[in-house]
Amino acid sequence: MAEVRYEAASRIYPGSEIPAVDSLNLDIEDGELLVLVGPSGSGKSTALRMLAGLETVNEGGIFINDVDVTLKPPQDRDIAMVFQNYALYPSMTVAENMGFALKQSGVPKAQRMEQVREAARILDLEPYLDRKPKNLSGGQRQRVAMGRAIVRSPQVFLMDEPLSNLDAKLRVQTRTELADLQARLGVTMVYVTHDQVEAMTMGHRVAVLKDGILQQVDAPRTLYNAPVNRFVAGFIGSPAMNLVDTERIDGSLNAIGLPIELSPGVAAAVAAQSEPEFTVGVRPEHLAVGSEGVDGEVSVVEALGSESFLHVRVQHQGGETIVVVRESGQSDIARGDRLKISINGPVHIFGADGERLAD
Amino acid sequence: MALLTRAPKAEPILGQNRVVAHLLALLTWIIGLLFFFPLFWLVLNGFKDEADANASPKLFFEPTLDRFSEVTEDNQGLLSFTEAFGNSFWIVLISTTLVMALAIPAAYALAIRPMRKWRDVLFFFISTKFLPIVGAIMPIWIIARDLDLLGTRTVLVVLYTAMNLPLAVWMLRSFFAEVPKELIEAAQIDGCSLMGQIRQVILPIVAPGLAATALLCVIFAWNEFFLAVQLNPAGASTMPVWVNSQQKFQGQFLAGLSAASVLATFPVVIAGWVAQKRMIRGLAMGAIK
Ligand SMILES: Nc1ncnc2c1ncn2[C@@H]1O[C@H](COP(=O)(O)OP(=O)(O)O)[C@@H](O)[C@H]1O
Ligand SMILES: [Mg+2]
Repeated sequence: MAEVRYEAASRIYPGSEIPAVDSLNLDIEDGELLVLVGPSGSGKSTALRMLAGLETVNEGGIFINDVDVTLKPPQDRDIAMVFQNYALYPSMTVAENMGFALKQSGVPKAQRMEQVREAARILDLEPYLDRKPKNLSGGQRQRVAMGRAIVRSPQVFLMDEPLSNLDAKLRVQTRTELADLQARLGVTMVYVTHDQVEAMTMGHRVAVLKDGILQQVDAPRTLYNAPVNRFVAGFIGSPAMNLVDTERIDGSLNAIGLPIELSPGVAAAVAAQSEPEFTVGVRPEHLAVGSEGVDGEVSVVEALGSESFLHVRVQHQGGETIVVVRESGQSDIARGDRLKISINGPVHIFGADGERLAD
Repeated sequence: MALLTRAPKAEPILGQNRVVAHLLALLTWIIGLLFFFPLFWLVLNGFKDEADANASPKLFFEPTLDRFSEVTEDNQGLLSFTEAFGNSFWIVLISTTLVMALAIPAAYALAIRPMRKWRDVLFFFISTKFLPIVGAIMPIWIIARDLDLLGTRTVLVVLYTAMNLPLAVWMLRSFFAEVPKELIEAAQIDGCSLMGQIRQVILPIVAPGLAATALLCVIFAWNEFFLAVQLNPAGASTMPVWVNSQQKFQGQFLAGLSAASVLATFPVVIAGWVAQKRMIRGLAMGAIK
C-alpha cells in the first residue's frame, strides 16, 4: 500500500535540450489507479520509468510513502512493472518467471511455489505453469507478466501499455479484468496508455501529458466535461470534440454561423481578453439535426448501430468547416443530404492561449 | 530464430520462373561439389598406398588403413602425432576459454552499458586484425625470445587468445545487442544482481551465439599454422605443424600427407557437424529482427 508523489520531477535525456518530462507534479493516492495518457512521444513511458528507477531524475524528486526514492535503484523501491512486450524470461517456465523475484530475495522454494500457485489461480494460469513463454498465446503471456508483478505484492504496480499487443476484443476484455484485479488487490497502480478510451474506462483519475508537460489530472468525467485547454478538449473523447476557430465581434462569438450563448462569467472573460481570437468547442452529442440552425451537407455517415456520426460540411462567412454530429443509430440520413444543425448542449470556449475560459 | 533450424520445404514454383529456379539449384549444386571435391580427394588419397596416390588420378583402388597407422606411429620427427594432438587440444581449449572469459564482459559493456565512443572502441578491436600477421612476426618473435617463450605452448595460448579476441568481442557484442533491454530492466526490478542478470537472463538467450563464437575460435586456433611454425616448430607444437612435417624430402609422401590432413581436419569437421544447428542459429541471430 503506498502513495506516490512526483515533485517537480524532470528528465532531460543526454544530448537533448528539451526535457522529455518537464517538472512533473503529481500526487497518487493509496489504492488509486492513475492513468497517464498522451500522444506518442509525450513522455508517459519516461515518467513511469523515472518512478521505476530505470531513468535518472535530473531535477526534482520522487517519493513513495513519503520516502525519497529519487536516487534509489529499482530493486530498492518495492515496485513491479509490466512492460509493453511483457519482457518474460524466455529460458524460464511460467512458474520460474513468476517466482524469479522471490528467488532473488531468498524466499525458500516451498513458500515461493505456494505464492506462485496463488497468483496463477487468480489469473487462471495454473495449467500453464510448466510451459515456456514461447508456447503461450499473447493473452496468456500478458497474464504471466501480470502474475510476475502480483506474486511479489509490491507497493506500486507500474504498467506501460500492457494491452497494446493484444487484439481489439481481448484488449477490451482484459482491460476490465485488470481494473477489477486492481480493485480487489487494492494496490496503487500507475498505468500508461496512449488510448484515451482505455484511460477513461480504467482510471480513477487520468493525467494527460503533452510534450512532457502535465496538462490536467482529474476524474474521467471532469476531464470530459471541463477540459482545461484546447489540447485536452481535442484529445479526450471519441470522436473528438468539434473545435472551431473564431473571432470576437462586438463582444460576442459566432461559430460556423451559429451564435454562441455565453454565461456571464465566460462573457466577461471573453470581453477581457486583448486578442480577438478564440476557439469554440462542442462535442458531437451536443449538436443536433433539426428544423432550425445552420445549413450543411452530409459528407460521411459512420453508422455504428447504437449511434451514427454524421460529418457535415457547413459553409459560413469564415469559409467551410466539417463538424461531426451524433445522431441516433437508426437515423435514415444519408451522404449528400442537406440539413440544419444547431447547438443543444454545453459549449467550451478557449482563449487565444488555448486555455479554457472559466465560468 | 526457430524458423531457421528447420530446412525450408521446397514450394512448387509456377511459370517461367521455374526454369530459372532449376538452373539456380543446379548451379548451387555444382558450386557445392566444386568445394567438396578437394576434400573428397584428400580423404580418398588417405586410403591409398603411395603408388596409387601418385599415379594418374585413380578412383578405384584397394583401400588400406596403413597410411593412417604409419603417420600416427611415426616417432622419428621432432613431433609425434600424440604429442601434436595433445598440444593442440590444450592450447585450443585454454585459449578459447580465455577468449570467452574476456570477451563476454567486454561484449556486455559494449552492447548493454555502452560508454561514450563505444563505436571507436569496437573499431579499435577489429583494427588489430588489419595488419597482416607477417608484418608483426619479427617483434612478436623478439618479445617471445626475450621472455623465454619460444618453443612453448604458452606463447601459442597467448597469441591465439589475442588473435581470436577481437572477433569474439565483435560477434558477442552483436548477439548481446539483440537481448531486449526490457528483459534486463525486468531482472533489475526483480532484484537480480549484475552477475545474476548476466548468468540467469542474458547468457541463456545468447547461448547459440556463444556456441557459434566459441566454435569459430576453436576452428581458427586449431588450424593456425603460421605462428605455430615460426615460434614453436618442434615438440611443443600443434597439429598443422605435424601435418607439415609429413612432407618428406625423399620418396613419395602424398598418401601419407593426405592421411595426416584427414586426421587433423577430423576433429574440426566433427565439432562443426555436431554444432551445425546451433552455429547456423547463432550466426543468423544478428541477421534477424
Ligand atoms: N533513451 C532515450 N534517449 C533519448 N531520448 C529519448 C529516450 N527515450 C525517449 N526519448 C524521447 O523522450 C520523449 C518521450 O518519450 P517517451 O517517454 O517514450 O514517450 P511516450 O511513452 O509517451 O510515447 C520522446 O521525444 C522520445 O523521443
Ligand atoms: Mg511509451
